[in-house]
Amino acid sequence: MLISNLEVVPGRRVKEHLGLVQGSTVRAKHVGRDIAASFKNVFGGELQGYTELLNDSREEAMARMQAQAQAIGANAILNVRFSTSSVAQGASELFVYGTAVELA
Amino acid sequence: MQFIGPLVLFSILMLCGLIFGSIAEKRHYQSIRQRERALVGILTYPQRLPPPQLPAPTTALVVGSVVISADYFKRFIAVLRMLVGGRLDTYETLLDRARREAILRMKEQAEQLGAQSVFNMKLQTAAIAGRSARAGTACLEVVAYGTALIPPHGLSQPPTT
Repeated sequence: MLISNLEVVPGRRVKEHLGLVQGSTVRAKHVGRDIAASFKNVFGGELQGYTELLNDSREEAMARMQAQAQAIGANAILNVRFSTSSVAQGASELFVYGTAVELA
Repeated sequence: MQFIGPLVLFSILMLCGLIFGSIAEKRHYQSIRQRERALVGILTYPQRLPPPQLPAPTTALVVGSVVISADYFKRFIAVLRMLVGGRLDTYETLLDRARREAILRMKEQAEQLGAQSVFNMKLQTAAIAGRSARAGTACLEVVAYGTALIPPHGLSQPPTT
């Protein structure tokens, strides 16, 4: 499965357009991490726990999008976009979407 | 006399933020500059499409992200600034650091794949509220992503645009 945020793949032709596919996940970190993060809010700097959490959720969202694309017989997802939003305090949603296509 | 306790706590927090925050910022900028120099060979373009004269490369999605938070001192200064309006320069450096860090992480990923250029680079910023976040959230995530073009082996000339 080829995933790219370009609109066309150099050197290959889109044979069929299969529509939008998406994957999303909502995740939170356990309280210990939140407390550690609130200490970091005093000193400043990177919140590694949250970076890790968002990376994991991004991978999961991409896996879900890929599964959806596979189910409709695509072999590539083009023009992929990411979006993050915080749904509740301490939880964030990761949303990935793109166009499923069949490449020749 | 009942104000002494909170006042002491406040000044301790301010001092901690000022000292540790500025040390961390200085170190971070140092490491950013160093890594930017090391990764200068990977060209990033916000252009949507690579030029057609390139030999057909393999492509891969590369992502770099960072969650960063302002320290207590910076947040306090920003709150004061918001009373009179104008530039919040304490937040400006924070965003600058976060963006450059995210781009660097993306470039590092591209370098591991053996890519020489990244096309259609997009930056996205989101404010993240932790469970402990009060009125002002100064905790933000920056994601940088793009498509790395990996040249076919043996044909490794730099792209000409």
